[in-house]
Amino acid sequence: MPILEMRGISQIFPGVKALDGVSIKLYPGQVTALIGENGAGKSTLVKILTGIYRPNEGEILIDGKPTTFASAQAAIDAGVTAIHQETVLFDELSVAENIFLGHAPRTRFGTIDWRRINSGAKALMLQLESEIDPTIRLRDLSIAQRHLVAIARALSVEARIVIMDEPTAALSRKEIDDLFRIVENLKRQGKAILFISHKFDEVYEIAENFAVFRDGRAVGQGRLRETPQDEIVRLMVGRDVKDVFPKVEVAIGAPVFRVENYCHPTEFRDISFELRRGEILGLYGLIGAGRSELCQSLFGVTRPSSGRLVLEGKPLDIRSSGDAIRAGIVYVPEERGRHGLALPMPIFQNMSLPSLGKTSRSGFLKAANELALARKYAERLDLRAAALSVPVGTLSGGNQQKVVIGKWLATQPKVIILDEPTKGIDIGSKAAVHAFIGELAAEGLSIIMVSSELPEILGMSDRVMVMREGLAAGVFERESLSAEMLVRAATGNQ
Amino acid sequence: MNRLLKNREILLTVIIAAMIAGFATRAQGFASPGNLANIFNDTSILIILALGQMTVILTKSIDLSVAANLAFTGMAVAMTNAAYPDLPLALLIVMAIGIGAFLGAINGYLVWALRIPPIVVTLGTLTIYRGMAFVLSGGGWVNAHQMAPSFLNVPRMPVIGLPILSWIAILIVLGAWFVLTRLPFGRAAYASGGNPTAAIYAGIDIGWTKFIAFVVSGALAGLSGYLWVSRYAVAYVDIAAGFELDTVAACVIGGISIAGGIGSVGGAVLGALFLGVIKNALPVIGISPFAQMAISGIVIVLAVVFNARAERKAGRIILRDRGAKEVSA
Repeated sequence: MPILEMRGISQIFPGVKALDGVSIKLYPGQVTALIGENGAGKSTLVKILTGIYRPNEGEILIDGKPTTFASAQAAIDAGVTAIHQETVLFDELSVAENIFLGHAPRTRFGTIDWRRINSGAKALMLQLESEIDPTIRLRDLSIAQRHLVAIARALSVEARIVIMDEPTAALSRKEIDDLFRIVENLKRQGKAILFISHKFDEVYEIAENFAVFRDGRAVGQGRLRETPQDEIVRLMVGRDVKDVFPKVEVAIGAPVFRVENYCHPTEFRDISFELRRGEILGLYGLIGAGRSELCQSLFGVTRPSSGRLVLEGKPLDIRSSGDAIRAGIVYVPEERGRHGLALPMPIFQNMSLPSLGKTSRSGFLKAANELALARKYAERLDLRAAALSVPVGTLSGGNQQKVVIGKWLATQPKVIILDEPTKGIDIGSKAAVHAFIGELAAEGLSIIMVSSELPEILGMSDRVMVMREGLAAGVFERESLSAEMLVRAATGNQ
Repeated sequence: MNRLLKNREILLTVIIAAMIAGFATRAQGFASPGNLANIFNDTSILIILALGQMTVILTKSIDLSVAANLAFTGMAVAMTNAAYPDLPLALLIVMAIGIGAFLGAINGYLVWALRIPPIVVTLGTLTIYRGMAFVLSGGGWVNAHQMAPSFLNVPRMPVIGLPILSWIAILIVLGAWFVLTRLPFGRAAYASGGNPTAAIYAGIDIGWTKFIAFVVSGALAGLSGYLWVSRYAVAYVDIAAGFELDTVAACVIGGISIAGGIGSVGGAVLGALFLGVIKNALPVIGISPFAQMAISGIVIVLAVVFNARAERKAGRIILRDRGAKEVSA
């Protein structure tokens, strides 16, 4: 009998159905691996289980009794605890304080019982086979040690269901082995564990059951021992992508941009590739593989430690984003809000911001030129706005994305880097963006498209470079492209 | 947001007009053109400083050292004038602007190159500049009789009905409007505060932009140093003590967002005038100076609440926009 059962759970956000009738069961003393691409709905499920979202449909049963999690506290009280991808801890507090924050034991006068906090923390850390002194501050610990503290925090409440959201992402092999010993330990104590991971070898090592999510649906569940890996990859990728992305055939021209042995002190190493006129180079990899970091460095936001960039036969010395823009390389960032737009400023001023050199005359801003520039690209992108002088913040997400793209097109670049161009926008707008990317390539722009969505990568790219842990894990030509191959290269599973 | 800002300016104008009308019922002649010109002249220095402060605040920084800068520069030009009465006034004014700009550049450099938070930098330099004024003067005063007649009289000279001091303020207002709306620097200032990351991505050097903003604020503080000493005909270490808070208050009342990136020259000017009217009116209708400070404080808090509400409203517009789109789709 499962400890926890979810039946027909749906979660709807404006414009997106993040989860669509998902059912899943978790059993005591067993690990269930949750597998799926980025955006398949795994994180949404975690948020429902931890009481952060309330599902629009479906029910949650604990020990066969229906329950609702009205708040995060309600989920904790029901015995659900989660260890998150990015550990949410406090650097300036001690290990013990971090573990017991929010549910610290009290003395009978209502003050915090420090003796019990520290001894309790010590006991929990020992249970995790760690000798960390509970009184030292968190900022003095390594990443792996912090992770242990996060696990200890999760176990400090009486939990029966433990969710681990990509717990191994930041850990070395030895630390992963330690973590798995802890998981085995938890299994023996009869806890039900939901283990989210991209890495198949780990999943097969630790989990008994699996559930594969795709596009918000649970597309396959079962016992791992009876299921070969190829089957899981197939479930994960699923559809025949060539139908969804009718690729515009573009005659690919001469090489335009070359990256040679490009290295960064911490994020990536030895990246070399060539980009031709009219070509779309897909850049695929898991989150944290170093793709965005590579692109930001190409754009001059961070400096490489070594390597060479060559644009149209001339070596480039890019020290700032201004240099990159002048050279003809632009970057459309992933996070519109954070990197892309100054929301209080009018649309036309946002659009003209990187092109002020062109629209100004002898050092003075020319509003008429800026408006003309903005009007041109607004028309081209079919931007819907009351007027170009209204603040960007008043536009919808899809239209904001158009402003960002228009802003960069207005600089008339040679190379355009698109970082997750369709993340967080609805399906209809996605198709429009894809069609537009095709048009850009047809006009002779060279495009680097970073995407975590396999169908997008497979459907749009002429070539695909896969990155894994900061290294180029392979370059694949369109003719020989397959989803299984990309996933293998990205997860390091041969 | 633009429309809201315009509303803010209209609203402030209406409030100021209503206040003047209200005070006029209690004090004869308060609304007479002569008295209004007096109030404007009296507020001129605050307007100049508020515009410098606004430029800095737009870039998501703050300059707490303006009043100390003013005191040091004022002392320096007053002592120079006392020691060399024959130096032309134009040279003294250039000197005031230069010293002010240099002190501003120190702030700007520390913020830019050492990446120290502006509030910390200028809190430190506030004390340093004030201390330098003491070192320079040895705690002494420069009184009216030590100052040259031109030094004292030029700002008071009436030209087409207004003293030159008022005209200087008007010129600075026009200049600030031009710089912030017509020069790339102005745009860079709005962008750096509105979204620093996006500004970097658009090729804007935020550090340099902040540096220039501090130099502008310092130069205006230096100019105000001369104007202040001339107007009150005395220079000592503690002149304009605490005045930096009035400049910040004028900005906040005028709708300049402390978070950066939002605000207009008109707003800052109206914010300063609002404070100027209150300061001039309260003594006339017999309210004690202590109550005046409390009233100013209440007004500032109300302005902050108003700003916060205005920014929240902007959020609702986005939601409504999205909602409407879904319905129509």
